[in-house]
Amino acid sequence: MSAVFVAVLVLLGLGLVFGILLGYSSIRFKVEGNPLVDQVDSLLPQTQCGQCGHPGCRPYAEAIVNADEAINKCPPGGQSTVEALADLLDVEALPLDAESEAEPIKKVAYIREDECIGCTKCIQACPVDAILGAAKQMHTVITSECTGCDLCVEPCPVDCIDMLPLETTLNNWQWPAPKPGIELIATDRQPSIALEVKG
Amino acid sequence: MKNTIRVHQFHGGIHPPENKKQSTGAPISLAPIPSRIVLPLQQHIGLPADPVVRVGQRVLKGQLVAEAIGRISANIHASISGTVVAIEPHPVPHMSGMKADCLIIESDGKDEWIEHQGLADYTKLPTQALIEYIRQSGIAGMGGAGFPTDVKLHLGDDHIVNTLIINAAECEPYITADDMLMRERADEIMGGIEIIAHLLKPLHIMVGIEDNKPQAIRALHAAMDNSALNLDIVITPTKYPSGGEKQLIKLLTGVEVPSGSIPADVGIVCQNVGTTSAIYRAVTHGEPLISRIITVTGQAAAHKQNYEVRLGTPLADLLNHSAVERQQLQRLIIGGPMMGITVTDEQIPVIKTTNCLIAGSIKEMPPQPPAQACIRCGMCEQVCPAELLPQQLYWFAKGKEFDKARHHNLFDCIECGACSYVCPSNIPLVQYYRFAKAEIRKEDDEQRKADHARQRFEARLARLERDKIEKEERRKQRAIDAAAAQAAKKDAALNQAPTASVSAAPEAGTPDLKQLKSNAAIARTKLKKAEKALNNAQDKGLDGIDTLKETLKQLQLKSAQAEKAYSDAQNAPAKAAAPVLDLKQLKSNAAIARTKLKKAEKQLANATASGEGDISALTAQVSLLQDKNIAAEKAYKAAESGPSNAAAAPIDTTELEADIAALQAKVDKATSAWQAAVASASPAADKMAAGVEKLTTKLKGLQDELSQARAALPASSATVDTTELEADIAALQGKVDKANSAWQAAVASASPAADKMAAGVEKLTTKLKGLQDELSQARAALPASSTTVDTTELEADIAALQGKVDKANGAWQAAVASASPAADKMAAGVEKLTTKLKGLQDELTQAKSRSEAAMPAAAPATAAPDLKALKQQVSIMRTKLKKAEKQLTELPEGADNAALMAEIDSLKARHDAAKALWDAAEADKIAAAAAQGVDLKQLKIDAAMARAAVTKAERALSKAEDDQPALEAELVTIRAQADKLNATLERFSD
Ligand code: SF4
Ligand code: SF4
Ligand code: SF4
Ligand code: SF4
Repeated sequence: MSAVFVAVLVLLGLGLVFGILLGYSSIRFKVEGNPLVDQVDSLLPQTQCGQCGHPGCRPYAEAIVNADEAINKCPPGGQSTVEALADLLDVEALPLDAESEAEPIKKVAYIREDECIGCTKCIQACPVDAILGAAKQMHTVITSECTGCDLCVEPCPVDCIDMLPLETTLNNWQWPAPKPGIELIATDRQPSIALEVKG
Repeated sequence: MKNTIRVHQFHGGIHPPENKKQSTGAPISLAPIPSRIVLPLQQHIGLPADPVVRVGQRVLKGQLVAEAIGRISANIHASISGTVVAIEPHPVPHMSGMKADCLIIESDGKDEWIEHQGLADYTKLPTQALIEYIRQSGIAGMGGAGFPTDVKLHLGDDHIVNTLIINAAECEPYITADDMLMRERADEIMGGIEIIAHLLKPLHIMVGIEDNKPQAIRALHAAMDNSALNLDIVITPTKYPSGGEKQLIKLLTGVEVPSGSIPADVGIVCQNVGTTSAIYRAVTHGEPLISRIITVTGQAAAHKQNYEVRLGTPLADLLNHSAVERQQLQRLIIGGPMMGITVTDEQIPVIKTTNCLIAGSIKEMPPQPPAQACIRCGMCEQVCPAELLPQQLYWFAKGKEFDKARHHNLFDCIECGACSYVCPSNIPLVQYYRFAKAEIRKEDDEQRKADHARQRFEARLARLERDKIEKEERRKQRAIDAAAAQAAKKDAALNQAPTASVSAAPEAGTPDLKQLKSNAAIARTKLKKAEKALNNAQDKGLDGIDTLKETLKQLQLKSAQAEKAYSDAQNAPAKAAAPVLDLKQLKSNAAIARTKLKKAEKQLANATASGEGDISALTAQVSLLQDKNIAAEKAYKAAESGPSNAAAAPIDTTELEADIAALQAKVDKATSAWQAAVASASPAADKMAAGVEKLTTKLKGLQDELSQARAALPASSATVDTTELEADIAALQGKVDKANSAWQAAVASASPAADKMAAGVEKLTTKLKGLQDELSQARAALPASSTTVDTTELEADIAALQGKVDKANGAWQAAVASASPAADKMAAGVEKLTTKLKGLQDELTQAKSRSEAAMPAAAPATAAPDLKALKQQVSIMRTKLKKAEKQLTELPEGADNAALMAEIDSLKARHDAAKALWDAAEADKIAAAAAQGVDLKQLKIDAAMARAAVTKAERALSKAEDDQPALEAELVTIRAQADKLNATLERFSD
């Protein structure tokens, strides 16, 4: 009898100890905010363009997590973002909801400076403060900060902002993917083909 | 030759044919001095150098032409003497085959050195200074990546360097540049090692060299004998890629450099032999890095040997010098056959890292056979020196599973090509890895950029939020300030009150009185309510009447108290403070008393007539009030006579004027009331007429007084501002207008009062004229200088009058349209107004001519504001014209529109005149501005806007299929405008 009693006591004690431990750690190591929203937000390209129908990337992330918004609404992110989101949220990857190509070309804004009248409208539109200028002064885009969101183009009263594709330089040039090899069986190999394919 | 040190092993490796013998037959020879060199500003990772010479500038051999910016960057020196001919994009040795900014120098054939001198004793220099000296020489790693050497020399600062390894392995086939360097310049190499050892102070120095270079090993040993250095020459078996940094470290020390860290983390620094020689030359001879040893080999080359080549020499020069047979040339490779890059452009220059040039024939560099499917033979895995799983990496890269590739240590791959070399399926494995690495880097980069953008976005939001809060706070602060100010005012008043009431209470009387009065009123109201309640209760026989009665009594008491306090207070100031009280207060007191008396009298009369109410109480009240009234009036008179005796002459006339104005208003009101009465045929009309008369008399009296007072003013007041008069005139004018319109309305409704009103109008008009006369006199009386008075006022008058004329005109036309009988009269009125307008306009022109004559010098200055006014006028006229035209179109058909047409014509004429004036003025201004180069900006902006409008219109046109003609017309006008603006702009901008 006393053995049972002891066992019950020990188990109770253990339960108590672990309960306290868990309770303490849940307070001590409390995670601030919604970590899932943060994770989703970190996958979004942060272009802040609003093309998803939300006023920025974070609101879209919140909508995805809290309001069951579709994950395929981010054109700048392209299909790869959709896939990453599908991976994270363990849902099916939908095709990108945009008429444009799946992997959009990266663009940056460029102000034709001698046409700028210095109205500062573009500055107010830019979500990342990538435009430099002052009233009645020429404005210019800090290319390295521009996310290519397109939001500054419309407000310009003299239409002097262009979206230009990012120039390839030695520093951002990339090795292309190897051409998918003509994977033949060795006996099918023909000299003409062999000559065509230069390494 | 045997090792005193045990050589370790690294995993994998291959033994490709060496092909080194061909180029070691001849000694190093100097390549001819190129006639033109091309120096890429970026020759390695890190930042490109910044040119410090101008195009057209003459430079000497060894002169600094581009300066390092940032830590990982290296200086660039001219390798020949000559002239900088261009700084422009030019093909560079890069896998992409792209162009990059290069400095191009044309040789002058003199090959003239800049003054240079080595360090006599580098050991005397502090370490940092010596490293800086080496940095100035632009030395970069000459083995592979071209990493700036000084960065590696600084490693001693924050790492403990135990072992210095000199990389002399040169494991790649074909290349013999280091081999020949060691054979011929072993002393230089030893000198360089000494300098590096001096800087890094390693415990142990090792030179790793493959056993296929016996001559070089011999030379090194010989040089070592002359050197004080304690170093080990470690001979390693020939195996590719033993020259890889991590592989050589493994070979010599057995230490494996962990993935993701640099050798310095394990206390090891590697330097290439070529670099050591360059350091030696820089330090002892002061020669910057301007040349290097390059192996030219390959079956297509006739002379396969090593050359000392000036940096920047185009490949074509070298190929020609070694007689490369172009027909045979299948592939031109910079670097070795395993890790080099294929280039197609012979104008590509030699740079700091170019160690070999292979002109391969089709026999030795056959085109790669097509890739086939991986057969999972595992050979790649066996040869990989980095102990990776190449086959796995290949699958991941092909399937774009970059994350997995990364987790399989893709970034440890040194791209040695061993796996591709052995792959029986000819899969271009390294290409896949390069692609995967690039993709991963891009992703990382994008992630970094996204994080950055997020930060900036959040910062912006925070800033906007902060701005909002600040604004809110400022607003609040303002509100608080205002409240505080008000509170302070109140406090001041309260503080004053008690003190004032203690002494004599003239000022305190006002607030106190008010307070008391409202108290009394409240008490009275309460009393009344209570009484009502009591009555109610009594009527209905409810209980609680007693309590109510009690309350009532209390209330009555309170009310009486309040009332008494009030009347006491009211009496007190009247008695005590008469002499100090200002006239106004007294006057208003008297007036109040009078009114009260009148009211009471009326009440009394009513009461008497109806025979109800407490007549006796009322009578008493009336008599009390009468007393009070008399007292007040007396006090007022006394007060009035006091100051008027003492200070009549200097008294301000403004008060009088204000009185007059007030009275005038009363007169007006009374008059209108009377007219209304007349119109409605009320019996009270006669009495009212009398009242009006009385008021008018009083007004006259006051006016007389005023004129006397004015006359009494000293002569200087002749210069008195006429604005007041003008304001009077304007007010009167307004009245006249009102009266006029009332009269017209009356006429229109055929009211009997019309005639009388007409008379009133006449009277008012007369008065107006009088005032106007006065004004002109006053103006005339003004000194001559005041002729320069601003005409804007006049203009404003004119504009106002114009508006009136227009309105009258409109009314008249409406009347005409409705066939009203009053139309004729209205026409006359309109005529009159128009005449007046003309008069004013004349005046304006006179004034303008006068002012212009008065200040011809100042004319240009005033031109600018005038221009604005003119512009406004023009636009106003335009609007008017448009309105008139619209009216015309809206006029019913058959109506008499001749007048309207005439008016439109006149308006048009006026508009044109104004426009012409404006245009002339503007032309002047633009000419003037252009002379100074101003206003171009404005023009530019206008032009830009116009241009944008054109594009927008065009866009709209293209979008809108229907409604095209209208849009087109619009476009045409806009374009015309834009063209005009552009033309103007062009006229001034050249
Ligand atoms: S500059 Fe224009 S395109 Fe670039 S981030 Fe700002 S608003 Fe977007
Ligand atoms: S909106 Fe256009 S005109 Fe205005 S400041 Fe920006 S670039 Fe210049
Ligand atoms: S290229 Fe990379 S994977 Fe292939 S053998 Fe060399 S290190 Fe290994
Ligand atoms: S060597 Fe080639 S075929 Fe063999 S496992 Fe590696 S990739 Fe596949």
